[in-house]
Amino acid sequence: MRAAGIDIGSRTVKFVVMENRDIVHEAIAYNSHDPISVARSLLSEHAFDRLTATGYGRHLISRTLGCDVATEIRAAAIGTAVMVPTGRTVIDIGGQDIKVISTGENGAVRRFEMNDKCAAGTGRFLEIMAAALSLSMPEFIQMAQTAAQPVRITSMCAVFAESEVVSQLARGCPRDELALGIHQAIAHRIAGMAQRIPLTETIVVCGGVARNTTLIRELTRVLGLPIVTPERAQLIPAIGAALLAGSF
Amino acid sequence: MNQVDYHPMWADLGLNLDTHDQLLAVLGKVYQDFFLSQPNRPKGMDYFNFVMSEVHGLRIKELIDARAAGRKVIGSFCLYVPEELILAVDGISVGLCAGAEFGTAKAEMFLPRTTCALIKSFFGFILEKVCPYIAASDMIVGENTCDGKKKSYEQFRKLVPNFFGMDLPQTKSDEGRNLLRSEYVRFARALESLSGRTITVDSLSQAIETVNAKRQAIHRLARLRSADPAPISGLDALLINQIYFYDDPIRFTQSVNALCDELEQRIAAGNGVFPKGHPRILVSGCPMAIPNWKLPWIVEQNGAVIVGEESCVGERGTRNLTSAHGDSIETLFDNLVDRYSRIDCAIFTPNSERIDHVDSMSSAYRADGVIHYALQFCTPYQMEAFQVEKTLEEQKLPVLRIDTDYSMEDVEPLRTRVEAFIERIRS
Ligand code: SF4
Ligand code: SF4
Repeated sequence: MRAAGIDIGSRTVKFVVMENRDIVHEAIAYNSHDPISVARSLLSEHAFDRLTATGYGRHLISRTLGCDVATEIRAAAIGTAVMVPTGRTVIDIGGQDIKVISTGENGAVRRFEMNDKCAAGTGRFLEIMAAALSLSMPEFIQMAQTAAQPVRITSMCAVFAESEVVSQLARGCPRDELALGIHQAIAHRIAGMAQRIPLTETIVVCGGVARNTTLIRELTRVLGLPIVTPERAQLIPAIGAALLAGSF
Repeated sequence: MNQVDYHPMWADLGLNLDTHDQLLAVLGKVYQDFFLSQPNRPKGMDYFNFVMSEVHGLRIKELIDARAAGRKVIGSFCLYVPEELILAVDGISVGLCAGAEFGTAKAEMFLPRTTCALIKSFFGFILEKVCPYIAASDMIVGENTCDGKKKSYEQFRKLVPNFFGMDLPQTKSDEGRNLLRSEYVRFARALESLSGRTITVDSLSQAIETVNAKRQAIHRLARLRSADPAPISGLDALLINQIYFYDDPIRFTQSVNALCDELEQRIAAGNGVFPKGHPRILVSGCPMAIPNWKLPWIVEQNGAVIVGEESCVGERGTRNLTSAHGDSIETLFDNLVDRYSRIDCAIFTPNSERIDHVDSMSSAYRADGVIHYALQFCTPYQMEAFQVEKTLEEQKLPVLRIDTDYSMEDVEPLRTRVEAFIERIRS
């Protein structure tokens, strides 16, 4: 049987088709004002027997296509259980939210935390900060990685942090030090959330932001525990959804 | 239902008719979407639908008629204001609701943005001139509970007619009890001089019996909700707990008991509003005043049923009875103080009874999980949330902590959390 998972996130839509536990197709597209069209074009020309939708648009897709739904939290836990079987804590950093999930055997959700109405520390926050420094995302990450020391950023509200960065630039702060300061501030914020639930190893970071090597380095330092970033970190919830669809 | 045109009555009360029409339109729509669309509701809910449809109509007319006949209407915001004393002077007690996001912009001319939604709401209602209950009240009682209320009343008291400020203790010590007692005596004197009536042993014991009967009807409803499948939705049960605060107590008691008769038949027939084995949730935390139905609606739309409310609009408010035994006013006042000092509100410290109560309710109503509900900027409940979570999780009872307000903008993230919590319970 072929089972598919689709993860309708705020910034991107991820699609995976699996046969048993093997990925036979994967795709990522930017989301638009019309997530259904984005989903339809990702699904077209790919045969599968069952589909599970996850992500904030899951109900929308389920209403249109009549498929099952699972929350991103459950999907990320299930996906991680297969990709990193020793994973017991999943930190999923997406475009608009952060989730910290404590899992048991086979990806059962034990506890979870999710950020409140606030974008602090999410992918979107990082994009805004990179733009405030007039850097592309890879430049932003790279510069922060090699900075000698950080400039402390105190605000975690996207709007205030942006003006803080702008005024620091005006005072002549070097961009690489600001970039590092921003990464550290976010790492502290995420760690604060993560420490509310029992942090058990192995700690797995997934979601688009898992590719940000500077953030992972800083988060490792703040938590004082090693972090694993699986291959296809961004696809983990979609993989979890496909696994649920196929009951693999 | 609305054949009568109440606009002249609202105009007499000094309401802003345009704004008030807008409020009613929103309320009607939400009620339709959240309540009337629920499947398989008990027939006994018809009465409560009617009360809701007449919440600003017939009930207000009743208040106005009662005032014309010389009775007094007392509005209050908190469980610590004893309804028994109000009834003992033949007064009418109305709990002011403050559950809607309305007039926030105007409220923020008096209050910092970081004030809880409940306080902003009662400011918004008075400033936008849309609350007929405040307008129809002869006295408004404000109590010194949390800092938000205490300090906001300093300004609120200038906006309403005849404000009575009531001090409250913060600990359940002997000194605290003495304070509560002397404040109740002072309140009783104020009621007597307002109404021209004297509180007697007879009138007070009668009032105690009336309020106890109302509480007992609610206890009966609460017990019936322990059945699986649940015979009534959590939304409907919450609505009844909300109407508790402003309906005529005797009529309300009869209507709840009639509903309970029906629920007993439903249970005997195995007839529920959700299938048997549906995940069961206990909600614990800040009061949910009309029309704050957001969280229960999300929960019941997404695969669980609410089986109890550990809340002021719920069991925290109705749990204890007042003893009617005593042949002197002094004894009856002691009984009142006994009863009211057992309310486990988070403004008290320490308040470990509350956690015990959440725990005992969870087992009594066979809850599979607890959602701790706090309003943003409500320090007392947000703080206690951590203790509630820690204690119950240690006992392997899943807890979801939610901080929110009255706006609908966070419905989607809340839905995700609630759904994930229900997935966790199911797995
Ligand atoms: S939470 Fe406390 S202060 Fe607020 S209404 Fe309830 S008893 Fe009163
Ligand atoms: S919800 Fe909390 S902050 Fe608001 S009035 Fe009640 S106790 Fe005070």
